[in-house]
Amino acid sequence: MKNEQGKPKKYGMVVDLDKCTGCGACMVACMSENNVPFKADESNKRDSITWMRVYKITNGKPFPDTENCFLPRPCMHCEGQHGHSPCVSVCPATATDYSTETGIVSQIYTRCFGCRYCMGACPYHARHFNWWDPVWPDGMEKSLSPNVSVRMRGIVEKCSFCFHRYQAAMDKAMMEGRKELEESEYQTSCTQACPSGAITFGDLNNPKHAVYELKKNPNAFRLLERLGTNPKVYYVSSREWVRRAGDNYIKGEWENKQNAKK
Amino acid sequence: MDSALIPDGVKRCPLWQFLLFIGAVGAVLLWGVYAMLLCWLKGLNQTNMNDYYGFALWIWADLGVIALGGGAFFTGFLRYVVGKDKLKNIINYAVLIGFICYSSALLILAIDIGQPLRGWFIFWHANVHSMLTEVAFCLSCYFGVLCIEYIPLVLENRQLYKIPLFHNLAHNMHEVMAVFAATGAFLSFFHQGSLGGVAGVLFGRPFAFREGIFIWPWTFFLFTWSAAACGPCFTIMLTKLLEKITKKKLVADDVVELLAKIAGWMLFTYSIAKIADTVYWATVTAPAQGFNISQFYSNNPFYGIWILYLEIACTLIPGLLLITNGGRKNKFLLITSVIMGALAACINRWVMVLQVMAVPVMSFDTWAMYIPSWQEVATTILPVAYGVILIAISYRYMPVFPQERELNPTTE
Repeated sequence: MKNEQGKPKKYGMVVDLDKCTGCGACMVACMSENNVPFKADESNKRDSITWMRVYKITNGKPFPDTENCFLPRPCMHCEGQHGHSPCVSVCPATATDYSTETGIVSQIYTRCFGCRYCMGACPYHARHFNWWDPVWPDGMEKSLSPNVSVRMRGIVEKCSFCFHRYQAAMDKAMMEGRKELEESEYQTSCTQACPSGAITFGDLNNPKHAVYELKKNPNAFRLLERLGTNPKVYYVSSREWVRRAGDNYIKGEWENKQNAKK
Repeated sequence: MDSALIPDGVKRCPLWQFLLFIGAVGAVLLWGVYAMLLCWLKGLNQTNMNDYYGFALWIWADLGVIALGGGAFFTGFLRYVVGKDKLKNIINYAVLIGFICYSSALLILAIDIGQPLRGWFIFWHANVHSMLTEVAFCLSCYFGVLCIEYIPLVLENRQLYKIPLFHNLAHNMHEVMAVFAATGAFLSFFHQGSLGGVAGVLFGRPFAFREGIFIWPWTFFLFTWSAAACGPCFTIMLTKLLEKITKKKLVADDVVELLAKIAGWMLFTYSIAKIADTVYWATVTAPAQGFNISQFYSNNPFYGIWILYLEIACTLIPGLLLITNGGRKNKFLLITSVIMGALAACINRWVMVLQVMAVPVMSFDTWAMYIPSWQEVATTILPVAYGVILIAISYRYMPVFPQERELNPTTE
């Protein structure tokens, strides 16, 4: 499926870290929208499922120079080289796939057999294993979204960029005889829930979508770009230490990079 | 009571002693089975694995036993393909160890996956780009080869051998064993390599990632090489252990020394390759991804720089010792060397599984430590207990060591 410009769609996100307050609304919206299961005690983040997780990072300086930044991290929907994202290329059962139509990395829950190789391959820790059966408090199962299947114990799940919303929007467009989606027709739940408007979502290849220009911001960067994961989530920050935290640099490398820019 | 089943001309301990031993090890095995059932029925929440440690103790054990079981394919290759005829005196035991190691690996995998009933998806929905797919196919096929190699030994049991069908089958299988040994060597080359590739292709994990040739990262070749080097060390180590337990000489010294010499050269050359790989990785591959080698080794209890030195020492030192005549002839040096050689594979697999998961990749992430749960430990000990029982039964009732009678003449 190509957009009006004749390019394949490539959905992605631009997150303005200077606007993010770390309120966690995106996390809550995501869990609610996607029927993400939770435990009574979610304090151990290493076995809790958070498709969207907000990291708190710091510049490491003592008071009064301390600065914090909140960094929302969904699945990066990496393209890698030619769609060989880190997780897709390693899955032995083709249970995760890269869509060249939308740029979205899917997860086929009914095909995943829980080997967890994809989790080992993902440097962003964006993939989560269902260590427990999904259980909701009494009555709460009635509020689950009927558009997203509930996952069972023993398989891996992750952010889908609310793909069910894309499907619903495409269905509607088809019924109306359109092949194109307006930017507002397909938005992720985290984007809509963000009260400070820090998250912008759209087709990175479509000049009509805000993300097309936003990603060109000189302060835009992607997490761990140097690894060659080719992620589709961009971050923007005016603070240099935040941009530096986006990747790893050996001694003096970052400074040389900055000097070269000047 | 079971004397009719015991091979001719050899002595075995009384049946009650044997059953007592089997019972004690069987209790450990049952403990492992209980833990295994807990994992299957209640799920992997019984483990201490988490989203950072998707691969943990089990995958290490899996890779470890496959490397150590490499003695089967490499000894078979040397015996049947290269023509080192002397090794016929240790090949049965090497095959038995290989059979135990590979069946254990498959069992561990069946516990490790979140949805064991969907395990067949790896064949049905195979992703040809995944190293794990290659591992699954080659591992299963090679296990089939090991079964074919082990069956004649079972059929050579004194009573079974009297049955013409089994007698002829065992004889004919021996005749064509070279074909299976060559097939096994071919399959092993790929699955040992693919297991190395499992880590090496992780371009999102700079600690594991390696460049290479075409689709194969350097770890592909290093894993095959190390299995061929360390596997025979493990075979010799277990031979010596069995000799100690049975208080008998089971394999002649010249046979052990020949295998040790070959293992020594493999270890020595492997250590050079490993050092070259480490230097290139530390100075070119990792810096290109923004990492200094020091970032991979932290002052935590598990992953200090000592683990790298220890791994290299465990390949270089035994390699140097085993290629010398004096090193092989000296019992202490020989045993120390083969223990170090086996340890080298275990450390390498530990590092390439658990340290990969522990090292933080995002600049704001932290080191992840992990201690296995008792269920993980029990299910890891389970194959060891199973292996001990199978060796005990095989040794008692099958002619595993062709030289045993000659080396231990009975007075009767």
